[in-house]
Amino acid sequence: MKNYSGTIVLALGTLLAVFAAAFAHDDLFRIHAIILAVHLGPATIYVARKVATGGFKEEDKSGYMDGPIRIGVILTVFWGVIGFTQGVLIATALAWPEFNLEPWFNFGRMRPLHTSAVIFAFGGTALMTTSFYVVQRTCQARLWGGNGLAWFVFWGYQIFILMAATGYLLGITQSREYAEPEWYVDIWLTIVWVAYLVLFLGTLFKRKEPHIYVANWFYLAFIVTIAMLHVVNNLAVPVSFLGVKSYSLFSGVQDAMTQWWYGHNAVGFFLTAGFLGMMYYFMPKQAERPVFSYRLSIVHFWSLIFLYIWAGPHHLHYTALPDWTQTLGMAFSIMLWMPSWGGMINGLMTLSGAWDKIRTDPIIRMMVMAIAFYGMSTFEGPVMSIKAVNALSHYTDWTIGHVHSGALGWVGMITFGAIYYLTPKLWGRKQLYSMRMVNWHFWFATLGIVTYAAVLWVAGITQGLMWKEYDPQGFLVYSFAESVAALKPYYILRFIGGSLYLTGGLVMAWNVYKTIKGDVRDEKPMVAVTSNAQPAE
Amino acid sequence: MSKNKQEIDEITGTKTTGHEWDGIKELDTPMPRWWLWIFYACIVWAVGYMIAMPSWPLITGSTKGLLGYASRADIVSDLQKAKDGQAVFIAKIDATEVGDIVKDEELARFARAGGSSAFKVNCVQCHGAGASGSLGYPNLNDDEWVWGGSIDAIYTTIAHGARDDIDEDTHISEMSAFGADELLEKEEITAVANYVVSISGGETTSALIANGAEVFTDNCAACHGDNAEGVAELGGPALNNAIWLMVDGSIESITAQIDKPKHGVMPAWSGILSDATVKQLAVYVHSLGGGE
Repeated sequence: MKNYSGTIVLALGTLLAVFAAAFAHDDLFRIHAIILAVHLGPATIYVARKVATGGFKEEDKSGYMDGPIRIGVILTVFWGVIGFTQGVLIATALAWPEFNLEPWFNFGRMRPLHTSAVIFAFGGTALMTTSFYVVQRTCQARLWGGNGLAWFVFWGYQIFILMAATGYLLGITQSREYAEPEWYVDIWLTIVWVAYLVLFLGTLFKRKEPHIYVANWFYLAFIVTIAMLHVVNNLAVPVSFLGVKSYSLFSGVQDAMTQWWYGHNAVGFFLTAGFLGMMYYFMPKQAERPVFSYRLSIVHFWSLIFLYIWAGPHHLHYTALPDWTQTLGMAFSIMLWMPSWGGMINGLMTLSGAWDKIRTDPIIRMMVMAIAFYGMSTFEGPVMSIKAVNALSHYTDWTIGHVHSGALGWVGMITFGAIYYLTPKLWGRKQLYSMRMVNWHFWFATLGIVTYAAVLWVAGITQGLMWKEYDPQGFLVYSFAESVAALKPYYILRFIGGSLYLTGGLVMAWNVYKTIKGDVRDEKPMVAVTSNAQPAE
Repeated sequence: MSKNKQEIDEITGTKTTGHEWDGIKELDTPMPRWWLWIFYACIVWAVGYMIAMPSWPLITGSTKGLLGYASRADIVSDLQKAKDGQAVFIAKIDATEVGDIVKDEELARFARAGGSSAFKVNCVQCHGAGASGSLGYPNLNDDEWVWGGSIDAIYTTIAHGARDDIDEDTHISEMSAFGADELLEKEEITAVANYVVSISGGETTSALIANGAEVFTDNCAACHGDNAEGVAELGGPALNNAIWLMVDGSIESITAQIDKPKHGVMPAWSGILSDATVKQLAVYVHSLGGGE
């Protein structure tokens, strides 16, 4: 009996997209529906042919469902390179405005495309992929809901990325930071996300282990909270059910607060909790050491979850937001410092007894750098939430630098570590194509992010000081345009930092490609000449 | 996996919890004391901060906090302080004729600083950060003035603007469209364009210059002056030097301007900025180097 359920779902989706295109209320909606149909149509035919010829019958030797994980690893690398490239492109446009290409590739559309490509395409695919892997291994259970549910969640999320990305370039946006996609894309993501939650919970319920591993707590917190944040922040009334435009249910300062409650917790639960889940599995596995402290993991998990959700108002210091809300936002941000650092301590101290691996194993080196940047940026965050500091840092490039310390330093590096761990295992290779290239990647990425962060500290503080400078007669000294002109050298340096990071990403893509192919590079082993230590392998 | 598989980790000498997932074990290490104490300290600080500042929402407002801080009151008092600091000088400027401000050195210094600051916010968009202008926007550093370069004239220009839609006292002048309205023949326009290039120090070898001089005297001198030295009362710019406003000095651009002229527009600032600020701007612009 052949299973055509996937084909039917895809065919219905195609049909719906075609109807949406035919009866669209506006041109943008029509184009968007056509883009969807153009992707779903061929996919329907491909899947139908595969099923008819019995091509979907391979079972994994591991007994786990690793199909989506393999594609997920490849797509994570792909989206990473795409996201970093877009970052370099918009850094170019900032340093040399001639590169602001109207209308589809102007800065206003490319910037949110870049942030979403990195956070949701690269980060989201990485989280989904690793969570599938980790939850199966640590529960000793195959993904719940059969192959269909897992594939639906996986490709459903990629369709969300496709619709979001093309929407940016077409100029379809709600103008909400990190939540730009319009109402119909939001509804689609909600469906996919609830399916993801059901899949994850189902797998946890049928686990063969008595306890739930800490990594899964974090993954679950990430999935549950993102569902809540996404739904509330995107409550909106569409102008037409066949048109792109919608209006938010909130207005004024309530709207701003809802947005930054969402925005801050996208950082907290997507980029922090989710990736802590990743760290809690791959760090002890790669180091081959037990997790440092079970008690610390419990206390820092619950305190992190409880405190993070209240810290959003610090994005709206010195605005129309009432004082009491600003006070609470700052107070909770300060309390959040140690709960965040609990993850850093647990990650770093897991290496105790295996510190030499920082020297011998470039993958460990990458993970340690990730945790170091995690510690740095989760300290920087509370500092920037202090109102006196925020008076200087707010609206400056310091904020952009802070986000990149987190995104490139922490999220990027820990994901690279996980990719290097997973690739040989998933394709049954004895080792990576090249450990030396992992080391190159490490140095490109580290130099890139250190340059980027340091440059934007200087740029941000320069901006903040210029905007606040008064002369002895009580007049402002600088115009805004002068502060823009002053940043030119930093924007060029930022472009260089970003390019280094992108170069590292390309090195990784090549390494992963060759590993999947099964090649091994002829190279000297990684261990230093003066050492007697055993190679990491 | 059964319970009570606790063991001692050889390297650290710490007990494990007995849990194991896919080969990952956990140590039963106590939480680091420094971590715990800093966490407690942050909580204590946060509670103290919430007592000191407005923090908890009530039905119609919020707790006021022991320090009585309110950001709205804070900004009002800051602005008042800034106003008070300048009050003496602003009152003096209000009471002084704009041309007389420079006679009081201290007042002039204040006016230049204030003018410079206001210029950066309101004027750089068109006149450039260094007031050096660009095509269509006058350079304010040189000694060529479309509407006059005395402090009084500059003040009038800033206050009422040029070709402003609303201000009744705004500067108005319009150059005729000599080509588009067929006031001059094509050859005459070419001739006068060559003449203008020749008197402004540009290079032209055209034989039309003499003819152009005649056309100039008949059609252009009334607004641009007999010797093309400019007539500030009519807003006719000088054409006898290499300083250009609506053109780049090439024959093509001058021909185009004579054919179908473009005119600059400057808003009247008297309704937007305070009179004291307009006076400061006049003093500042006058001080840039070309003031008469």
